[in-house]
Amino acid sequence: MDIWIFLTIFMLACFVGYFVIWGVTPALHSPLMSVSNAISGIVILGAIISFEDVRNVVDLYLAYGACFLAAINIFGGFAISQRMLEMFKTKGKK
Amino acid sequence: MTNIVNILYLVACFLIILSIRTLAVPRSARFGNILGMVGMLMAFVGAFISVNLPNFWVVISIIVVGGVVGVYAGLKVKIASLPQMIAVFNGFGGLAAVCIALSEVIDFSKNYFDNMIGLVIGGLAFSGSMVAFVKLQGFISGKSVHFPLQQALNLLLLMIVLVLGSSYIVTQDIGVFLVLGVLVLFLGVLLVLPVGGADMPVIISILNACSGWATVGIGMSLDIMLLVIVGSIVGAGGSILAYIMMKSMKRSFFNILTGNFINSNLLKDENVKMAQTGSPEEAAFIMENATKIIIVPGYGMAVAQAQYAVKAMTDLLQNKYGVEVKFAIHPVAGRMPGHMNVLLAEANVDYSEVFEMNDINNEFSSTDVVYVIGANDITNPEAKNNPQSPLYGMPVLDVEKAKTIFFVKRSLGVGYSGVENPLFYAPNTIMLYGDAKDVTEKIVKSLELN
Repeated sequence: MDIWIFLTIFMLACFVGYFVIWGVTPALHSPLMSVSNAISGIVILGAIISFEDVRNVVDLYLAYGACFLAAINIFGGFAISQRMLEMFKTKGKK
Repeated sequence: MTNIVNILYLVACFLIILSIRTLAVPRSARFGNILGMVGMLMAFVGAFISVNLPNFWVVISIIVVGGVVGVYAGLKVKIASLPQMIAVFNGFGGLAAVCIALSEVIDFSKNYFDNMIGLVIGGLAFSGSMVAFVKLQGFISGKSVHFPLQQALNLLLLMIVLVLGSSYIVTQDIGVFLVLGVLVLFLGVLLVLPVGGADMPVIISILNACSGWATVGIGMSLDIMLLVIVGSIVGAGGSILAYIMMKSMKRSFFNILTGNFINSNLLKDENVKMAQTGSPEEAAFIMENATKIIIVPGYGMAVAQAQYAVKAMTDLLQNKYGVEVKFAIHPVAGRMPGHMNVLLAEANVDYSEVFEMNDINNEFSSTDVVYVIGANDITNPEAKNNPQSPLYGMPVLDVEKAKTIFFVKRSLGVGYSGVENPLFYAPNTIMLYGDAKDVTEKIVKSLELN
């Protein structure tokens, strides 16, 4: 795809990120970080797609490794943020 | 088929952005987390439809195993160790980007620049996060680590990385790419080593941003718009968190990376001063007769695991003695953004009693007692009235305006900045020496007896 389309989208997405993150209350910055950590694991799609044109064993195992690591990142990140958010929930029984 | 994939990616993108938007307030935040998971699931499905993998089941089982490891670690880790766990996960994300960049280069990918970005930034995120983990876990000192010629070495290495990075784009030589990868890992270690103590949350956010930027590189290399979008959001988000915190410490990025507080040695006051000392029993007596108390927690509370004792103290004061109790949180208290809020939430403190600095700072003058537990620099009044102080200009909590101030500390030591806190010697300050948890538990005991 045209590099300029990518750069345009990149710029727009940075603005979206900027505004969306500013809206998050500071009290939730830890869960926010954990969630953004998890979603940055979306890089796993790169590994999945690169399986299509594997050249050699090294290439193959690198992609397997990437899948494993990114999966830990994604699932772990969501698990931690869910755990933190559960703690913010159990209120109002004063 | 391509259309289905594109629709799935589009929906995934929408859900992920909406997920962060929904995370904004505690009421909807859990729903936001679930939206994020659904978005990721959509992205997975799309990716698997888009390619025809002979080793589909192998890939799925690897992802499942990784997922189980991640969930297990995430659920088992102690709340006190969350900052380092997040650092580890983040590092894995970075390393995944490195692996993909390498595999693309082996595949003779023509997107030299994009792969280089994925390798360099992903590598920095990985090795930097690992150092952050080792520091937070206490394997090496959490303080700023210095050695001779450190900054010269860092600068040199940075230059070499830049030169090699550009020369790879020109020569397209895989050997250069590999050397670059190794150097970047060293650079990540060296850059994070001098970052210490209270600067940790900033570097954690920056490393988080790095794994986002690395994802952008991989997305461009492989032509996946979804990765570019999500990566930029994470990158921009992490950068903003870092910016917010640097602003609340009035520290520059350079100062954080060098671990320096300018002039910090010029201000050592040699005069012997006397601080008033008190016992937990006296503190309990003063507290139960107060009308309004503000508790200021810092990293010391996290280290001592004192949040449950603090919650018990709060309950007694509120229910038995009818005292109004609030919490005041400085933006950089703790070792990750929002650290104190998570700890207090863990101990079941109602978040409507927890206030950010700017929302509570004008209430200290109408407060009878301030209970500072494990915090120091963020209460130092010199940041407001002494232009000579290294802390000058950093926004701080106005605790000195309260009638009585209790400092729970192990000793009269200086804070992370190495700056003395004159508040310790103020006539209305009483020091309570000891472990934050011990002292607070003793106060709880006295409150129960009285």
